[in-house]
Amino acid sequence: MSAQQSGAVSDAMVITWRNLKRIPRIPELAIFAILQSIMFVLLFAFVFGGAIPLPDGGDYKEFLMPGIFAQTIAFASATTAIGMTDDMGKGLIDRFRSLPMSRSAVLSGRTVADTIYQAGILVVLMLAGLVVGWRVNNGLAAFLFAVVLLLAFAHVMAWLGIWIGLSVPNTETAQQLTFVTIFPLTFISNVFVPPASLPPILQPIAEWNPVSTLTAATRELFGNPNPYVGDGIPGQYPILVTVGWMVVLLAIFAPLAIRKYRNTSQ
Amino acid sequence: MTNAIEAEGLVKVYRARRGSAEVRALDGVDLDVPQGTVLGLLGPNGAGKTTTVRILTTLLRPDAGRATVAGYDVVKQSNEVRQSIGLSGQYAAVDENLTGWENLYMFGRLYGMPKAEAKSRADELLEQFTLSDAGGRTIKTYSGGMRRRLDLAAALIGKPNLLFLDEPTTGLDPRSRLGMWDVIRGLVREGTTLLLTTQYLEEADELADTIAVVDTGKIIAQGTADELKAQVGGERIEVVVKDRALLPQARELLAVQAQGDVDFDEHTRRLTAASTGGAQQLVSIVQAMGDAGIGIDDITLRRPTLDDVFLTLTGHHTADESVEENA
Ligand SMILES: Nc1ncnc2c1ncn2[C@@H]1O[C@H](COP(=O)(O)OP(=O)(O)OP(=O)(O)O)[C@@H](O)[C@H]1O
Ligand SMILES: [Mg+2]
Repeated sequence: MSAQQSGAVSDAMVITWRNLKRIPRIPELAIFAILQSIMFVLLFAFVFGGAIPLPDGGDYKEFLMPGIFAQTIAFASATTAIGMTDDMGKGLIDRFRSLPMSRSAVLSGRTVADTIYQAGILVVLMLAGLVVGWRVNNGLAAFLFAVVLLLAFAHVMAWLGIWIGLSVPNTETAQQLTFVTIFPLTFISNVFVPPASLPPILQPIAEWNPVSTLTAATRELFGNPNPYVGDGIPGQYPILVTVGWMVVLLAIFAPLAIRKYRNTSQ
Repeated sequence: MTNAIEAEGLVKVYRARRGSAEVRALDGVDLDVPQGTVLGLLGPNGAGKTTTVRILTTLLRPDAGRATVAGYDVVKQSNEVRQSIGLSGQYAAVDENLTGWENLYMFGRLYGMPKAEAKSRADELLEQFTLSDAGGRTIKTYSGGMRRRLDLAAALIGKPNLLFLDEPTTGLDPRSRLGMWDVIRGLVREGTTLLLTTQYLEEADELADTIAVVDTGKIIAQGTADELKAQVGGERIEVVVKDRALLPQARELLAVQAQGDVDFDEHTRRLTAASTGGAQQLVSIVQAMGDAGIGIDDITLRRPTLDDVFLTLTGHHTADESVEENA
């Protein structure tokens, strides 16, 4: 590794450290992220869940939890975007840019920290899931693979968040923008209801949507009911399609984010 | 003497946003700052001070012109420039949710220091800026003055001998301002080259060897504080007349006494002229006004302000004066 590369790694580690340090100092953020997800669990498991029978008679709570994980992870981009605009607004990004440090470290450090943060949130949600009756039925290796998929997706969403965060003028816009893009994505999906119950024009979206494929992939890996597979490629190969999505999204948004960062206020 | 900072014909145009015209923030700025000296960049709101600082510290690319800082080109050798400088921007740029110590440690590490060195440097700087007691508290709990000091400490992390301070005392109360001046003087004594921006002539006078006056993106005057003052004419006499109707008469009288142009403001009934004879002159003006039957509310002798400099150099007041008075 060249001196420059090792500098970039150590700088990224410092930025990661900094971002992790902040989390317990602003506990509201984590608490509301978790509460929002738990609210969805309660709402769908106990309020609407009874009205949505699964075709194979599987347990709705087991069916629901992987979707909640995927939804929560998709919203990770909002956390990153808000954090990024906040740093810009507070002048911290300028300070970083005036230091003889690696420029990419500011971004990679944040995406790593935000992935670790999402891992923490995932643990809390999984415990909540166990409480309401979610179970893992497919062995440890498949479980770990599912967790890796979820966290890799969180990492990709963090890069998307960086790009959004650098593209909008303030934290309010960052919040709104991620909300209006991610929220529909998580509903036009297989997370809560059968995709076949959606209007026909929305069905292909629900089928190919990365939140759907991630949900289907993790349902399979956790050994939870996965009734809406369909005959299409995403239904048949959810893990492959999910990995494909991640590669594509990363290949688009990481370079976009880095370019945006380089050109910021030039 | 070599120049620590050299700038030639710097131009910066901010591209138009929706509905607003493009802004020519810098319109050919030339600067030379010899090693070990202090340059005060003096100008009102929107003059282009921050833009100049941002270009010289590699945060912004000039549209035309060139600049070297510590001998390195700010565009082509930006990394070397960043290696050589410290910057404290107009607004304190520290992480609100980290403690003072954690901020300094982080910047030290990012500056390339090993852990142990970053730790001891953080302790040292907290000590130097009398923040040791507050070092364990998050910045959120700091006062404006403490934030500014911590921000300056962060700028000094790599012991740069070239420092940029953008309005280091704006927003500080008079006591904190004096404290900040002491800190800055200490740095200068150790040989640090300093470029400092300010809106206060007094501050530039106090700290700078050379003052460059900026207005709408151009340097309109440059020289030592004494040279500038000689141009501006030293102290001012200010007279507030009781009766607005007698303002023209009072003006004529003052023009004779002060032997120069008299600026007057109808609204505040205030006359201003350069003083040539100090307190003695004040007495004779009071007498002359009394003899002429012109009542006076107030008469003072004061040091020239940025506004006086502007009035003398450009013939107009600083652009934001009316805004400030209405606020
Ligand atoms: N990002 C930007 N986009 C558009 N215009 C800008 C931008 N930054 C500054 N300007 C404009 O450029 C001009 C110079 O601004 P600058 O911030 O350099 O002034 P300044 O001397 O630092 O003023 P102040 O004392 O208020 O800090 C102003 O007219 C300002 O409105
Ligand atoms: Mg400014």
